[in-house]
Amino acid sequence: MKQEIKGGPLTRLIMNDVAGRRMMMIILAIAIIVPFCNLVFPEGSALHVSTYTMTLLGKYLCYALLAVSVDLIWGYCGILSLGHGAFFALGGYAMGMYLMRQIGDRGVYANPDLPDFMVFLNWTELPWYWFGFDQFWFAMVMVLAVPGILAFVFGALAFRSRVTGVYLSIITQALTYALMLAFFRNDMGFGGNNGLTDFKDILGFDLQADSTRAALFFASGIALILGYLISRFIVTSKLGRVLVAIRDSESRARFLGYRVEWYKLFVFVVSAMLAGVAGALYVPQVGIINPGEFAPINSIEMIIWVAVGGRGTLFGAVIGAVLVNYAKTYFTGAFAELWLFMLGGLFVLTTLYLPKGVVGLWAQMKDKFMSSGGGGNSGITTGSSSGKSSDQKTSKEAEGNA
Amino acid sequence: MSLAKTKHIEQPTVLYMDGVSVSFDGFKALNSLSLFIEPGEMRAIIGPNGAGKTTMMDVITGKTRPDEGTILFNDELDLTRYDEAQVANMGVGRKFQKPSVIESLTVFENLEMSLKGGRSVWQALTHKLTGAKQDKIDEILSMIDLKDRLYEDAGSLSHGQKQWLEIGMLLGQEPELLLIDEPAAGMTDEETMKTAELFKELSKKHSLMVVEHDMDFIEALDCRVTVLHEGSVLAEGSLANVKNNQQVIEVYLGR
Repeated sequence: MKQEIKGGPLTRLIMNDVAGRRMMMIILAIAIIVPFCNLVFPEGSALHVSTYTMTLLGKYLCYALLAVSVDLIWGYCGILSLGHGAFFALGGYAMGMYLMRQIGDRGVYANPDLPDFMVFLNWTELPWYWFGFDQFWFAMVMVLAVPGILAFVFGALAFRSRVTGVYLSIITQALTYALMLAFFRNDMGFGGNNGLTDFKDILGFDLQADSTRAALFFASGIALILGYLISRFIVTSKLGRVLVAIRDSESRARFLGYRVEWYKLFVFVVSAMLAGVAGALYVPQVGIINPGEFAPINSIEMIIWVAVGGRGTLFGAVIGAVLVNYAKTYFTGAFAELWLFMLGGLFVLTTLYLPKGVVGLWAQMKDKFMSSGGGGNSGITTGSSSGKSSDQKTSKEAEGNA
Repeated sequence: MSLAKTKHIEQPTVLYMDGVSVSFDGFKALNSLSLFIEPGEMRAIIGPNGAGKTTMMDVITGKTRPDEGTILFNDELDLTRYDEAQVANMGVGRKFQKPSVIESLTVFENLEMSLKGGRSVWQALTHKLTGAKQDKIDEILSMIDLKDRLYEDAGSLSHGQKQWLEIGMLLGQEPELLLIDEPAAGMTDEETMKTAELFKELSKKHSLMVVEHDMDFIEALDCRVTVLHEGSVLAEGSLANVKNNQQVIEVYLGR
């Protein structure tokens, strides 16, 4: 019936998603060109990208992946998590623990086993939960497992008790706040309010070297693309339509025979893992992870990124994360004390005038342009909260013409 | 018009309720309600507001646990022990009073999602649209008259069409028993009559329980009628019979 492009699962996934494909191409290009320009062209050359800029853009890529993970649960399943920063921070801490162990005896106290802060606290041996983090593979498993398990346990309790809406938002906010307070404590063994820092190298490569920074930047770009594709695969499957059903009418989904709690739990865990990966890539680039990452305001900011970009589109989340963070970088430099007011104002304006975000605005303008100019098909016609691909609409039109 | 208190009725039943009571904060929404529906039967339920019609559907479909009483499906399954999803998968479909289709999905996607089977997360993730499923969707589409709206968002349908789509989604579940709450609400006269025809057609293959206020609609259904009042059965019989019942006139029709 539908004019879908056939082929293997991956081919179909990519070829039937015009807007997403374009954006992934751009990200892939950035992930290659930016490190290239940083490494190949000497400082002072017009084509040189400074390490500072590359690191900044690398942060945006991590935030974009985080935004995709938020959009997956909020945009498609209606779960407004105001504690997603917790999963990001936990992924970051798992990576940070590996980086701390990599320091070895090069710390201030030159203790081969214990990180400096433990020596400072007069600890004599490594706490059990730090074991294994000297192994990169183990740390990477934990980057996925820790956020995943927390999301599973928390989600199982909340979703089975049918906690929804604003109540769920409040307890997710409480979750991240509680974790922040816990991680602030020195005896938790995660460095207290200083967190984990002074990292030296990753997999034997110097973290201060441009080439390592470039590799991390590239890895962030690839992670964003993979995270997007995984999310896109989920939302375009029948599972994605069940999620939309849960978002629009939870009881309808239940009375159709779907176990709503399992669906929510699945997507919540996947989302938490994506957030964890984003955190793990963020930490080596910024060089520090501390309990401030658990701050409730961070989790609220993520919601604003997605709202500004366009909820329920996935690629809108990427655009929103980059736009808002670029604005943040600029304004916190120029008018630091105004930033929070601007952020709040941005959210209010988006809610009032751009319910479908920047992506929706684009679609509106295209529609206007097309209705006056006639003909032509834009890649981005979605912006619809349903998150169905533009191509489906294109195929509808094609069918109408046939 | 009292029913047997224990399950020793001769004939088989698709739904058997005996002595079912539910109270909310001291208010008895259902008061020792007893009712049974034979396989293949269509039954209309009427009664004033607050008579317990919706609560009755809630206890049958596992949304509300009754304080006491027996509810059997097909003479063997105790429905009070299962939740909404389990009851739905056993073969009880429910249509709400307010049309509840998934507005941001297309008509096609709504129906596809309703098709029987594939309820687990993994099955949903790996789901493929087979020819058999496509045929089933086509079959339902022609019954509910939405063939030319296939790829439109369900939210863009008229009120009556949403009602039909929801009925179509019930059919996709292939339930044995359909519980339908006020299907004719908000429909034009013509749509109402069309719906009555559709239900008569459905009653050849399914058992139906229809809650409705519209007397013309009930007349068109031409089936047995049960009158609920204050959480229990007030009268039962043909529409003509019930209409002449003095008590029914007092509490419901007379006003």
